[in-house]
Amino acid sequence: MRKPFARNLLVSGAIALAAVATGTVAIAAGGTEHPPHKHWHFQGPFGTFDRAAAQRGFQVYQEVCAACHSLSLMSYRNLTELGLTENQVKGLIKDISVSDLNDDGAPVDRPARPSDRFKKPFPNEAAAAAANNGKAPPDLSVIVKAREYGPDYIYGILTGYVPYDKLTPEQIKEFDVKKDDNFNKYFPGHKIAMAPPLSDDKVTYADGTKATLDQEASDVVEFLAWASEPHMEDRKRTGVRVILFLLALAGLMYAVKRTVWADKH
Amino acid sequence: MVATGALGAVGAAAVAWPFINNLNPAADTLALSTIEVNVTPIAVGQAVTVKWRGKPVFIRHRTEAEIKEAEAVPMSQLPDPETDNKRVTDTAKKVRPEWLIMIGVCTHLGCVPLGNKPGDPKGEFGGWFCPCHGSSYDTSGRIRKGPAPKNLVIPDYLFTSDSLVRIG
Amino acid sequence: MASSHGTPPVFNNKVIAWIDYRLPIFSYIEKEYHTFPTPRNFNYFWNFGAIATVMLVLMIATGIVLATNYTPHVLMAFDSVERIDRDVPQGWLIRDLHMNGASFFFIAVYIHIFRGMYYGSYKAPRELLWILGVVIFLLMMATAFMGYVLPWGQMSFWGATVITNLFSALPVVGESIVTWLWGGFAVDNPTLNRFFALHYLLPFVIVAVVALHVVALHIHGSNNPTGIDPKGPQDTVPFHPYYTMKDGFGVVCFLIVYAVFVFFAPDYMGHPDNYIPANPLVTPAHIVPEWYFLPFYAILRAIPDKLGGVLAMFGAIAVLFILPWLDTSRVRSCTFRPIYKWFMMFLVVDVIVLGICGSKPPEGFWVPLSQLATLYYFAHFLVLLPILGKIERPLPLPPSIADAVLKKKAV
Repeated sequence: MRKPFARNLLVSGAIALAAVATGTVAIAAGGTEHPPHKHWHFQGPFGTFDRAAAQRGFQVYQEVCAACHSLSLMSYRNLTELGLTENQVKGLIKDISVSDLNDDGAPVDRPARPSDRFKKPFPNEAAAAAANNGKAPPDLSVIVKAREYGPDYIYGILTGYVPYDKLTPEQIKEFDVKKDDNFNKYFPGHKIAMAPPLSDDKVTYADGTKATLDQEASDVVEFLAWASEPHMEDRKRTGVRVILFLLALAGLMYAVKRTVWADKH
Repeated sequence: MVATGALGAVGAAAVAWPFINNLNPAADTLALSTIEVNVTPIAVGQAVTVKWRGKPVFIRHRTEAEIKEAEAVPMSQLPDPETDNKRVTDTAKKVRPEWLIMIGVCTHLGCVPLGNKPGDPKGEFGGWFCPCHGSSYDTSGRIRKGPAPKNLVIPDYLFTSDSLVRIG
Repeated sequence: MASSHGTPPVFNNKVIAWIDYRLPIFSYIEKEYHTFPTPRNFNYFWNFGAIATVMLVLMIATGIVLATNYTPHVLMAFDSVERIDRDVPQGWLIRDLHMNGASFFFIAVYIHIFRGMYYGSYKAPRELLWILGVVIFLLMMATAFMGYVLPWGQMSFWGATVITNLFSALPVVGESIVTWLWGGFAVDNPTLNRFFALHYLLPFVIVAVVALHVVALHIHGSNNPTGIDPKGPQDTVPFHPYYTMKDGFGVVCFLIVYAVFVFFAPDYMGHPDNYIPANPLVTPAHIVPEWYFLPFYAILRAIPDKLGGVLAMFGAIAVLFILPWLDTSRVRSCTFRPIYKWFMMFLVVDVIVLGICGSKPPEGFWVPLSQLATLYYFAHFLVLLPILGKIERPLPLPPSIADAVLKKKAV
């Protein structure tokens, strides 16, 4: 997701010349149409997560995606980092029950606690696959980092469905599309197991934002980008400080070096 | 002097061996038992992948056309000559040309070739195609083109009934 | 060690003098890093030895801390790395430093190797110094490869599968060696476990070989951009403060570029597929190793024969071992080799082309291109280098380093 930015930086970093040559080409490889680039709030060297969008995105995840996709690396407590209070988190999870063992070692269900991981929709991968025509829906914890074009790709998938009657006869022939197949412009091979998950007014936002398909998709991408790398803002903040420090140090070192060498030049 | 040196060398080798041998597969790994697969749900033209000893095993229910194609290939065209008949014989020497059972690991560098799923590329010879380095296998899983030196390996298997096959 | 210079140092501090009388570490530091006579005409390419040393120390330090939180088990490795990223205090920082550090260690070492080749630093009497360097390079490749397996993502698993399978190309014993490396019938938990152990061990072996590398360096001292030996005190400066300060400045500049990646593009050098947990039943559509292996990977794939490809790949590194004896020229530095200089530059282009080929799927015109580039790589070392040294007329060498420096200033 930070690739275009990184490329700009690289132009100045001539030291990594070989890396650029190889790295850039590695990215250019790949078959299907590239998802269009969208500007994200969290991109760029100073980009931060849009908290309101990410919270709405969590609502979309919870009400739509969570039916099939796990988010196994996240805990409910992490939601406080999105700006929710501890009581809000407790309110959100009050109806969720998770399995545990009681004192006698018997399996029981107990109410979820903030320290619990997000509850998975299926007990294991085999069960997930069995319930979804043989292909388990991927876990979404690091999905934005795990796909080329990251957020653009996820957004592209969510909004890139083409109904069967809008397909050209060539497309139907080339990709062997059947009437009940899901055709997605940005999915490699185009035929995707997931039916279009989002549509206008699929959710009702608590903050009154109009729930268009576009809005829902970009909100959930904002949320998933956060889930993929919750410490991103901290990383960039630290980076600014470290680089300013190193620049100052480099300046001083250069001055010292000049002084030391003055009599030898 | 020489005898002492020789004895010392034997001792050193005896000490070194456990360290080397330690890295060989452990008893629990070796003991990974055989698996049994019910092949009834696999329709003609379909294939499934099952896991055996940490590796994928392809079970393909071949069509008549695929069998004919595999049988018709002259041995001279094969980098690793082997008859199709030999590749579909179980350990009881019974030949079932409709069932092709092999380890789905490319003999080049160990990738899993594509071709088992309906949308997969099957390569130039209608069998399997390895995406890593471009090896193509025919409908008998024999190497036809690319860097792989050998045909896909056939594990020991036995049909205990018409619907049940035991691998290993 | 370099004993021909200076009188033994006298330490005024009693404690230091007491220790030094019994264990001469301070004399050693004084002699090898203070008064050590160093050619006065280094350019910034000579910074990369120091930079590589800093990266080695940084990798070991971050690696030890990461190891305290990492779990080498197939079911837990991926999540334990994510836990370092998410839950361990500033774990993300240590991990980003370590994973980008590997790339920057290789960048530094590749530039260091180029420096050695361009200025003929491998030529007599520095052959063993060069060979130790190639040993370090090999150890680094092994360490980096095993380290990349540890997060247990898709590229980890499939990279490990492809590379360990290289040994199966060996006749007769190949299969047994691979089973022995794996500790099973496939890359699995025993493999991950032993790779972790070795990944922790090898950096310390690297440190030991680096120490030998430095010992060998200080016997005859550094080469320099002119490739001619210092003839007297007018040609050299003491290592400290002249080169400690210059190296310090170079190190900080390098760290700035490194920090840009660590903090603003930590995953740029990586592959998205490695954020997908390893799955032994699904091969990624396109397996690529880390960028620093791509040229060698391209050579492997350029040969359409399994054993041939493996031999060519190892040969590409093996040829470096005999480089000092392939070069027949009587001058060291490319500065005075009007023809070979351009072939040397072309070798750099060739290796970059190989790297690009290695990142592409093995189809279309990438295959003949990588074959052509592989051909040049070997021809450069095995044909051009021995022949050119005989027929090329070197430019006139300056009488001394000091002359070269003064002349440059006059221009």
